[in-house]
Amino acid sequence: MQRFLNNPDDIVDETVAGFVRAHGDLVRLDQGNRRVVVARNAGQPGRVGIVTGGGAGHEPAFMGYAGRNMVDAVAVGELFSSPTAKSFLDAIRAADGGAGVAVLYGNYAGDNMNVRMAAKMAEAEGIEVATVVANDDVCSAGPDERERRRGVAGEIFMWKIGAARAARGGTLAEVIASAQKAIDNCRSVGVGLAPCTLPAVGHPNFQIEPGTMELGIGHHGEPGMRVAPLGRAADIATEMTGLVLDDLPSPEGGRVAVLVSGLGATAMNELYVLYDSIATAIEARGLRIGRTLVGNYFTSLDMVGATLTVMALDDELSELLETDCACPALLHQRRA
Amino acid sequence: MASIRDEGAAGILLDVAAEIVAHRAYLSEIDGLIGDGDHGVNMAKGFGRAAEQIKPEDRLSSAMRTLSGVLLAEIGGSMGPLYGMMFAAMADSLERAEGLDADGFGQMLRAGLEAIEEIGQAKVGDKTLLDAFAPALSAYDAALAQGKDFTTALNVLAQEAIAGRDRTVDMVARIGRAARLGERSRGVPDAGATSCALILTTLSRSVARRL
Repeated sequence: MQRFLNNPDDIVDETVAGFVRAHGDLVRLDQGNRRVVVARNAGQPGRVGIVTGGGAGHEPAFMGYAGRNMVDAVAVGELFSSPTAKSFLDAIRAADGGAGVAVLYGNYAGDNMNVRMAAKMAEAEGIEVATVVANDDVCSAGPDERERRRGVAGEIFMWKIGAARAARGGTLAEVIASAQKAIDNCRSVGVGLAPCTLPAVGHPNFQIEPGTMELGIGHHGEPGMRVAPLGRAADIATEMTGLVLDDLPSPEGGRVAVLVSGLGATAMNELYVLYDSIATAIEARGLRIGRTLVGNYFTSLDMVGATLTVMALDDELSELLETDCACPALLHQRRA
Repeated sequence: MASIRDEGAAGILLDVAAEIVAHRAYLSEIDGLIGDGDHGVNMAKGFGRAAEQIKPEDRLSSAMRTLSGVLLAEIGGSMGPLYGMMFAAMADSLERAEGLDADGFGQMLRAGLEAIEEIGQAKVGDKTLLDAFAPALSAYDAALAQGKDFTTALNVLAQEAIAGRDRTVDMVARIGRAARLGERSRGVPDAGATSCALILTTLSRSVARRL
């Protein structure tokens, strides 16, 4: 594949530089750390700060979700590699408005270690820190081992809900409770059709044979639950929906929010083709679809494929989900 | 008793850094089989950047501290904190000891191993770098307990680190990214155990050469 590259080793710095230039109305670079992106209005006195972070290569995640009534500061790692503890710490500092900071991140070994170290350092500086670890990927471990599941696109709903609670004046404990409830109500599944490549490595580090698909693939190409012949979009959509809904707690009032994200190299029109069948499959279960997002919200470099995330809604989650927000990846306005 | 001084021994760490940088592609290739293929890239970046800041005449402990700082502040991932904390603990131990005889070297490695166990929360058998490190250090201690000299014990350390790395081939990963693979992680060495074996064999060789 032909790429827009200068030096592959500089790709993350250049991505962050371009991102901050493009979206300077909403975000800025941290003063002391070029791997921390900060919302323009971060650190409001008395408001709980929201922090996330993760490896680069998932754009617009993670930094695209920094903005108004969304994430306050984002730590950016190398491609597919956790940010440093120092970057998480600097993000926590930038987000702190004196009411504590909620670090809402995904369940990966490196992120767990670096967040733990950063939280310890922040606490030593007198900043109260609490965390929620996203684990929405149903295929990464069984239902009896949810604590081992990794976090994927459901993190977007977790940030949205947690940040909305903070925007409404929630305490740190309330923000954590809402964000935890959001992720507990989210389930995701990914399907990979072709692998992704780290530019500095130059070739894909896993294979998906032509004519096959990897059902349950992870955000870094972690193998899924099984390899199957590539089916029709409608059949793939039905299978993805089944995997997600069979694992999901029954939504109160039968309402769900839906997110279909491309993995980086799938055309938008195909995502809508997929969504059409997904919506049919969800409604066939007697569920009503509320807010829907379809697009490249959480990608995996140039992987071909898509993820489906469904969040079971209740009154609290619906209300928080509809709160206005503005960040580069998501402009969200309350519906009339 | 055979020993090396902390002063002027930073070349030992430069040898380790050169070995890691030389194995950049190899480590990434191994990592790519069951991980995400960035281990070599990130390790080479961290060890390479640290090496640029270290002069051979520096103290070994200060060289370790420099490397630790780069790994913790610039590399991230899992390996940044794991090796970062390991080298910080080894530098602490070395500064307390003022020099390295056979026992002091073992204590330094023990401090490094304990730092990794504390931050990483993995256990021996989980298919991680501990599976190269822990048995190698036990064998080193056992060799000394049997009255072997420093040089012989260093050779044992290197051999057992490689043997430990090779045993990870038959293990199923239980922590880290490869753990998501379950049985499918069998048949490939662990990338962390591979880099750990490189670090230990180079440390062993470089220290032995200076005795």
